[in-house]
Amino acid sequence: MNALVIDNLACRRGGRLLFDAVSARVEPGGALLLTGPNGAGKSSLLRLLAGLLRAEAGSVSGGGRRAFAGHEVALKPRHSLGAELDYWARLDGGRDRLAAALAAMNLAGLVDVPCRHLSSGQKRRAAIARVIAAGAECWLLDEPTAGLDAASAGLLTAAMAQHRAAGGLIVAAVHGDIGLADAATLRLG
Amino acid sequence: MFLTLLHRDLMAIARSPALWLPVMFFVLAAALFPFAVGPDARLLARIAPGIIWVSALLASLLPVETLLAPDVEDGSIDQLIARGIALELVCAARILAHWVGFAVPLLAALPVAGVLLGLSADDGTRIAIALALGTPALASLAVVAAALTAGLKGGGALAGLIVLPLALPVLIFGVGSDVAGAFRLLAAASLVALAVGPFAAAAALRPE
Repeated sequence: MNALVIDNLACRRGGRLLFDAVSARVEPGGALLLTGPNGAGKSSLLRLLAGLLRAEAGSVSGGGRRAFAGHEVALKPRHSLGAELDYWARLDGGRDRLAAALAAMNLAGLVDVPCRHLSSGQKRRAAIARVIAAGAECWLLDEPTAGLDAASAGLLTAAMAQHRAAGGLIVAAVHGDIGLADAATLRLG
Repeated sequence: MFLTLLHRDLMAIARSPALWLPVMFFVLAAALFPFAVGPDARLLARIAPGIIWVSALLASLLPVETLLAPDVEDGSIDQLIARGIALELVCAARILAHWVGFAVPLLAALPVAGVLLGLSADDGTRIAIALALGTPALASLAVVAAALTAGLKGGGALAGLIVLPLALPVLIFGVGSDVAGAFRLLAAASLVALAVGPFAAAAALRPE
């Protein structure tokens, strides 16, 4: 496992330079919190790391496979939660990890429920379970605690601690505390 | 990978409330013409191929707003890109699923339309072969238009404007399929559309 290196990254959206000369390094087992006011480019940096945006300048390397949980939960309203997560786990080659991921986010009792009947917090938990089941080394989480109750936030904290203990990396855009111990902070804007 | 994508797309179509819409539209359009044109059986049989092809083309466009736009909006496309899955593969699966979703029921409903329009068995068979050869091109064009208009308001109407001129060759060779070589040209149009479609749709979906 190797470190995630962000080198002199710049991002331009809609003709406006969001940030430039952003550099950071996340070691295996480490975590990086992206902070800053609304519109500072936290989500854009995460999308850049996930390969969803092209960088204006600079480069990103290392960190192994990346799994992304953004604002959109990518769950089809008519499909059951279990079928949805099974589809993504299939694409990730991680169906054997799915049961543990569902248990970690306390979703095992909801697998038969169509996604349109899930609350936004439950959908958010499902998106995190998808990241866990992906088996990727680097987690990219965009405000992962948004809409989560205290108990679910605790589950997330435990899952992130377990991921880091196994040598995984986490980059998260946050506004408050999400329960990541000794994480580095990168302030944008 | 491709099979997983295709399976998911087919499941999505099977659960869609709009599953029967294209084929219902097709049969309804064919049923309306005898009322509009009058009960002249010879005239109906003569214009039947044109009616059937125009109906098929419009039926292929009916679900165009649900082909890709929901996946762009709910972040599914983002998840696929983040996994490094080629969008060309995603679009190819979508084209195949769309074809299964609209063309196969349409071919099954063709005998009904044929009876309503007074087609002879020979002409009916010829049109069925022409439709089987030409509809893959229509499916491919619809997915490309869906990719181009995903995320736009009123994308469906715009998608129609994009597809209709491009579908003209298929329409011409499809309606004129009694001319020698028309089947081959129809198949060629489908092959070109199928070869270019996944790449064009993927290019339209790829983030800036």
